[in-house]
Amino acid sequence: MKKTALLSALIIAAWFSVQLSLDAHEPNELRWGGDAEGGAPYVFPDPKNPRQIVGYEVDLMNEIGRLLNRRAVFVQNQWDGLIPGLQRGNYDVAINGIEITDDRKQQVNFTIPYYATGEQLSVRVEENTINSLADLKGKTAGTLKYSLAQRILEREGGIRIRTYDGQINAYEDLANGRLDAVLMDWPIAIYYSKPNPRLKFAGPVIEQMKYGICVRRDNIELLKQIDRALLSLIKSGELRRIYEKWGLWNDETERVFAQITADSQKQGEALADYTQAVTRKLTWRERLKQYASYLPILLFQGAPMTLLISILGMTVAVAFGLALALMNLYGPRLVSWLAKAYVELFRGTPLLIQLYLIFYGLPNIGIKLSPLVAAVVGLGLNYAAYEAENYRAGIQSIPRGQMEAALSLGMTRGQSLRHVIVPQAMRLVIPPVTNDFISLFKDSSIVSVITMVELTKVYGQLASTYYDYIGVGILTAAIYFLMGLPFVRLARWAEARMATDKRVAVTAKRRWFGVGAKPVGG
Amino acid sequence: MNTLISVDNLQKNYGDATALRGISFNVEVSELTVIIGPSGCGKSTLLRCLNGLELFDSGRVMIGDITLELNNGATQRDLNTQLRHLREEVGMVFQSFNLFPHLTALENATLAPVVVKKVDRKTAEARARELLAKVGLGDRLDYYPSQLSGGQQQRAAIARALAMSPKVMLYDEPTSALDPGLVGEVLSIMRRLDDEGMTQVVVTHEMHFARDVADKVLVLADGELIESGSPDVIFTSPRDERTRTFLQRYL
Repeated sequence: MKKTALLSALIIAAWFSVQLSLDAHEPNELRWGGDAEGGAPYVFPDPKNPRQIVGYEVDLMNEIGRLLNRRAVFVQNQWDGLIPGLQRGNYDVAINGIEITDDRKQQVNFTIPYYATGEQLSVRVEENTINSLADLKGKTAGTLKYSLAQRILEREGGIRIRTYDGQINAYEDLANGRLDAVLMDWPIAIYYSKPNPRLKFAGPVIEQMKYGICVRRDNIELLKQIDRALLSLIKSGELRRIYEKWGLWNDETERVFAQITADSQKQGEALADYTQAVTRKLTWRERLKQYASYLPILLFQGAPMTLLISILGMTVAVAFGLALALMNLYGPRLVSWLAKAYVELFRGTPLLIQLYLIFYGLPNIGIKLSPLVAAVVGLGLNYAAYEAENYRAGIQSIPRGQMEAALSLGMTRGQSLRHVIVPQAMRLVIPPVTNDFISLFKDSSIVSVITMVELTKVYGQLASTYYDYIGVGILTAAIYFLMGLPFVRLARWAEARMATDKRVAVTAKRRWFGVGAKPVGG
Repeated sequence: MNTLISVDNLQKNYGDATALRGISFNVEVSELTVIIGPSGCGKSTLLRCLNGLELFDSGRVMIGDITLELNNGATQRDLNTQLRHLREEVGMVFQSFNLFPHLTALENATLAPVVVKKVDRKTAEARARELLAKVGLGDRLDYYPSQLSGGQQQRAAIARALAMSPKVMLYDEPTSALDPGLVGEVLSIMRRLDDEGMTQVVVTHEMHFARDVADKVLVLADGELIESGSPDVIFTSPRDERTRTFLQRYL
């Protein structure tokens, strides 16, 4: 009794201290959100001291903090979630190479641009045929997901696009030949492509984009303060010094800064009011219309790939799993041990890491798999471990007399397994295998990390474009659910169909065809 | 007479426990031999040694022209081949039937000839039909085991074994799992096979059947063959005290 009371007191105390640390940050802190995983030169862990976060945006925020008389504090947040995080109030502003776009303006206010740049095409050093976007027709190009570069590539058309979570993997795949070109923001290219002796820049910078700092729309005061601070940093040349220090000073930024300086008199504080005017909330009718317009994209772009990956993956898992179970139960000692070790290894390590190793690791030893093959192999190998255990349980639950009867009829062990034991085990394992199929069906969403565009990836693209994680999320979940249902039904039908007791089978057939289940006398 | 089975000094141990202590006997062609004895005396073990479902530790089993001898330096592969040849000649019927539940009666009796003897399916099916009709299941060909009574299942199991055209049939307590009302239909099939000249070895507790039908009775106790002879002799004037005690409980 005493112990319980003490424990709950501790939990409440802990909860309060967490709440306090979340809510009560000092008013003179300027909390800014960014993703240190995004890499150089924006915001990244100092290679010499990884506990220290550095980058030109860190320098910029420190300068702004100094001018605002507030201490700039970095808050880590995943890049796709920077704007939702801002809206939840996790930090005061978001900055991490976020391009100023109309879509985003619907969600947040942007400060005046603090940097301008474009997209840079990189190719392998020996590649001489690709010099512009037009040369990419029929080729494979990589870029970061949800980026301007992705939209440019999509707009160009005729290009096979692979999207990545990080630039390192994209340039790695370019170097090892999986990609023909990579299109990325110029600062990224400067830091990740230029130093790589196997890669080179192709053609000039494409398009222009401006980075802005995101501020919540109800926080006009802060927006004005930061705009004034930025203007003063631009006029004083302090910002230019930061960019020169990081090797990022470029013509685009110079032009934009000149424009801002020229406009600063007439524009002034009208900017914030203007920004607010062009953004408005959607009505319910518009919102529903928008959802209806997502449906074809989800259904025709995402769902078929999810279905294909799942079915192929499960086929691999079922076939290989059966082989593993037979090796485990009937193989010579070494083979049996290997099968057991395989099951433990693949069941005991995360699927995500297995996929990374298969897709990004294997090229190091010369095995380059396409994303589809890697996805199918990854899911198949992982689930084979589970299927092997299902089969083992199924086979072991067949009475010993069955094997004895088969052997005593002169069959070999192999013939007995094939004609007597395995067919019976198959029927027994239909329920757990169906279970695993549904599970694999949903796990297939993980393969979006290896550049596969399937249902979840399409969801991510839609949600991050429109900042609508809830609506699109529910829509996507519903599609998964509805796609899974027929398989559950099919399995139930097959189970009854193959039941050794035929009376069960007859009722099941009726159920499948929707005729009321009626007990059939035997 | 023609000797079909010859068992010579058969020994079998389970760890430290001895199950069979040097058993020797012969079975002549067309004979029906019944093995009786108290539970745990080794009857079933002995029968299972005859088709290699149990391996023995020393001694020799000869069936027709196949000799099964262990520890003679033969490899596992050679042994397996030998066992398969032996089992093709020896049909086995189990106490718990062990029909294949996923196959119909007809498929049960067709599978082994097709898989093992590579008989073409049509021929095998015709033969299976004939045998199932013979055991009285001509109208149950497409029934699954779960749809058959115990007696019907055991008769189907007999047909399945006969489909391989064995030289000898072994029965391991074929009626022990049956409802008393269904015992007769199985025994009558065995009786009929005996009339047709099939060589059969039966482990059973059906003493009336043994007395009426058997050509020879073997009495086992504690892993030893304590007595053997014609049923008349065994059932009326047994020599061994243990046989007498055992029979008193059954007759």
